[in-house]
This record gives sequence, C-alpha cells and structure tokens, in this order.
Amino acid sequence: MLRPRIIPCLLIHEGGLVKTVGFDNPKYVGDPINAVKIFNEKEADELIVVDIDATANGVEPDYRLISDLATECRMPLCYGGGVRTPEQAKRIIGLGVEKVAISAAAVEDATLVTRTAEAVGRQSVVVVLDVRKRTGLFATGYEVFTRNGKQVHKADPFELARRMQEAGAGEIVINSIDRDGQMKGYDLQLASQMRQELRIPLTFLGGAGSHQDIEALLGECGVVGASVGSLFVFKGPYRAVLINYPNPEQKDEICSSGLGDYFVEKSEC
Amino acid sequence: MITIVNYGLGNIGAFVNIYKRMNIATKIATNANDLLGSTHIILPGVGAFDHAMDLLSASGMREPLEEITQQDKIPILGICVGMQILAESSDEGVATGLGWIKGRVVSFANDPVSSALPTPHMGWNDVKQVRSSVLFKGLETDARFYFLHSFYFLCAESGNAEAHANYGINFACAVQRDNVFGVQFHPEKSHHWGAILLKNFAEV
Repeated sequence: MLRPRIIPCLLIHEGGLVKTVGFDNPKYVGDPINAVKIFNEKEADELIVVDIDATANGVEPDYRLISDLATECRMPLCYGGGVRTPEQAKRIIGLGVEKVAISAAAVEDATLVTRTAEAVGRQSVVVVLDVRKRTGLFATGYEVFTRNGKQVHKADPFELARRMQEAGAGEIVINSIDRDGQMKGYDLQLASQMRQELRIPLTFLGGAGSHQDIEALLGECGVVGASVGSLFVFKGPYRAVLINYPNPEQKDEICSSGLGDYFVEKSEC
Repeated sequence: MITIVNYGLGNIGAFVNIYKRMNIATKIATNANDLLGSTHIILPGVGAFDHAMDLLSASGMREPLEEITQQDKIPILGICVGMQILAESSDEGVATGLGWIKGRVVSFANDPVSSALPTPHMGWNDVKQVRSSVLFKGLETDARFYFLHSFYFLCAESGNAEAHANYGINFACAVQRDNVFGVQFHPEKSHHWGAILLKNFAEV
C-alpha cells in the first residue's frame, strides 16, 4: 500500500538553514548538512531543500552544496532554487538528487517543464507554485506568486497547475504563502480543490503546526505529500530550535486517515 | 569489491556512502577496465529507458558487463531504470534492452485500475516477497521502499519475480534470474530497509 509522505522542507539562505514567516523574516535555524544527518536518523520520508537566494539573486544553483547534501542524504531529495534550464536540472540529477523543483522559470515558460522532463524524466520534475489567498472585502480565490512572494501572476492557480501537469510535471508542490510559518494548519480548501483538479502526485506546504494538522490534510486529500517547515525545526511557544520528526508509531497514526485513499474522483465531489 | 557502474545515471555517491558505513569496499567504474576484479556489480539508473541504454552503450561497458555477468556469473543488481534495462524492451522507448531477464517494461497507464491513480508511482510502498530470496533476508515481514517510476517490469516468466508491490495492480518490483537481480525501488534511499537489502546483495 502506498503511503502518504511526510516531508521536512528546509530553506537555505546565505549558506545557512532558515525558517521564514509569510516568506519574510528568515530566522537562522542551523547548518543544512547537520539537519540532513538528523533527518536520516529519524528516517524522514523525503526531503525538500530550497535555496531561497538563487533565483532572487539571479545566480546559478550552488552545485557544491547540492552535491554535499545529496551524498549525505539517505532519503529521497528534492532540490529547488535558481533552476532555469534543462541542463541545470540534468546536472543536479547527476549529483544524486532525485527530483528538481522549478518555480519562477516554469510559471514564466511552461515549455521549460516539457524540456526538463525530456532531459531528466517526468518523475524527477517538480513544479512549485507559491499561492496566496486573495484578501480584501470582496476578494475570493487565490493568486500565484514567484520570486519569494514578490511577483504576482495573472494566471489562476488551478488552471496553471493543470497546465504544468500537461507540460510534463511529475509532481506539484503547492506552497501557501499566507500559511507559511503560521503553524495554524494547512489550507484544506485549497488542498482538496487541487487534489480534485490534478492526476499527478501532489505535495502541500505551509501551515503545519501539529501532527493533527498533517492528519487533517491527509484525511482531506488521501495519499499526498505533507511538507512541513516550522513544526520540524521549532519546539515550544518560544520557537526554540529543535529538529524533530514523528517516530514510526506517530507516523502510522498520522497517516491512518489517508491510507488506501489514492485519489478522490472528481464526480464524487 | 563491489563495483558501481557509473554511466552517467543515478546516485553513485549514495551507494558508496551506504557501503562505507558497513565497512564494505566499493569502487566506481566509468570504463571497461574499471570493471576488472569485480565480485559484485551495481547498475543504477534514473530517467528514460532509451537514454539509459544509449549511455550504457556509449560508456563501452555494455559488452564487458555482458561477459562478466552472463559467462562469469558475477552477481549484478540493477536499480530503477538499471533494473528496467535488464528486460528485453520497454514501452517507453524503441531501444533493445539487455535481455538478461525475459520480459518487457510496460506503463501503469495501460492498466485500467492503476491508470486511475496518480502517476508517477511516487513514495513509500510495502514490498511483499512472492518467493524466498537472499536479497530479502531479514525483510520478510516488514519491507518498505521508496518508489519513483511510471513504468514497471512485466516478467515473461513469473518465476523470475521475487517480490511484488501494489499500485492498483500487483507488479514485480524485484526480479531475479540466476546471478542477475533487479529492483524497481531505490534501496539507496530507503533507510534501514534499503541498507539491509544492499548488505544482502553484498553477501550473495
């Protein structure tokens, strides 16, 4: 039986590991390689590492760091940050990374997704969509942003996600900007609507503040990825840095709500 | 000496690291000469079938591997696409596979049940042995591995299937014929379960 994936998401800023709130105020939480070692010991399902400087500064991915991370990592690794060409993706996969995440460059040019899938195989191409709930008196729905939440796009997030799926994405990560660092739960409405729209694996990021929040997401969406930032690096009300991950028993309990329910058919909703 | 075939695909470093932690010596082969003196061979791989066959042929290691594994009977373990190319052909491409285990690589999309599930098949799945196997020693009751693929190995001879996973259908996720082994999942990324399997292979 395929299981849901519980995935720590690590952000890299100026060579260190950070955690943001609403894509802002990066707080230093430690050394990336050390964090990978801890998640190895805890047998995390998968790891997402995003370099939040690469695209913003218009620089190449830090191949040295990626290589060090991939070699250390005993679980599947997804790298994102600064990837704009199939050649870069190929090089990163060649370093021993399982999946490459593209965001801004894919939103700007969907053919990049197709070309990257041709270069490294569809299974290794992840598109990250940063989504924010519209705010304001009469506002409804969601907007897509790129470049660490600084640039807004006109496209409807659901339509864009479908387009990415058609272009050849093997997985889509939906990252809620307004939930980032809030630790008050995932945006379940957004998650379930995305799950109904798409037929490729999906991962949701943004908002997990407790194991119950993850359980709620899996209960809503079945076998998907639940990615977690703050919850796995902070402990207690004062947000002391302590890397943690559910133990096997806790994981079974969290996942029990999502097991066996691979796909929610559109017609049932 | 366990030799890891580096023809440009797959996570070579991860295998080296896992064996290093077990104090098992490895070396990386990038050409035919490097294959000399191997006692075990690991054939990794990610990506598309044809690309993998092209790169393996271009590396100059295809013929020597054929000789070492088919005549000298040195154990070989194919992983992910490295497993798929052990088959005769794949629906993913037009290239001829190595054909060391009879069968064809087919798509989940062609099966009425599994085609309704998201593809690729991505994540941790249970692996159940269908016959006793040295590879799964110590993994009889609890085996969980990481999968990332859209195509799977359809054995021509069902006796070559060692273990099944279920994704809408039961499919062969571990195959074996004599000294040739293949696994669809990634043992190098499957924590202690993967380490046990790789240790078992080193002891074949």
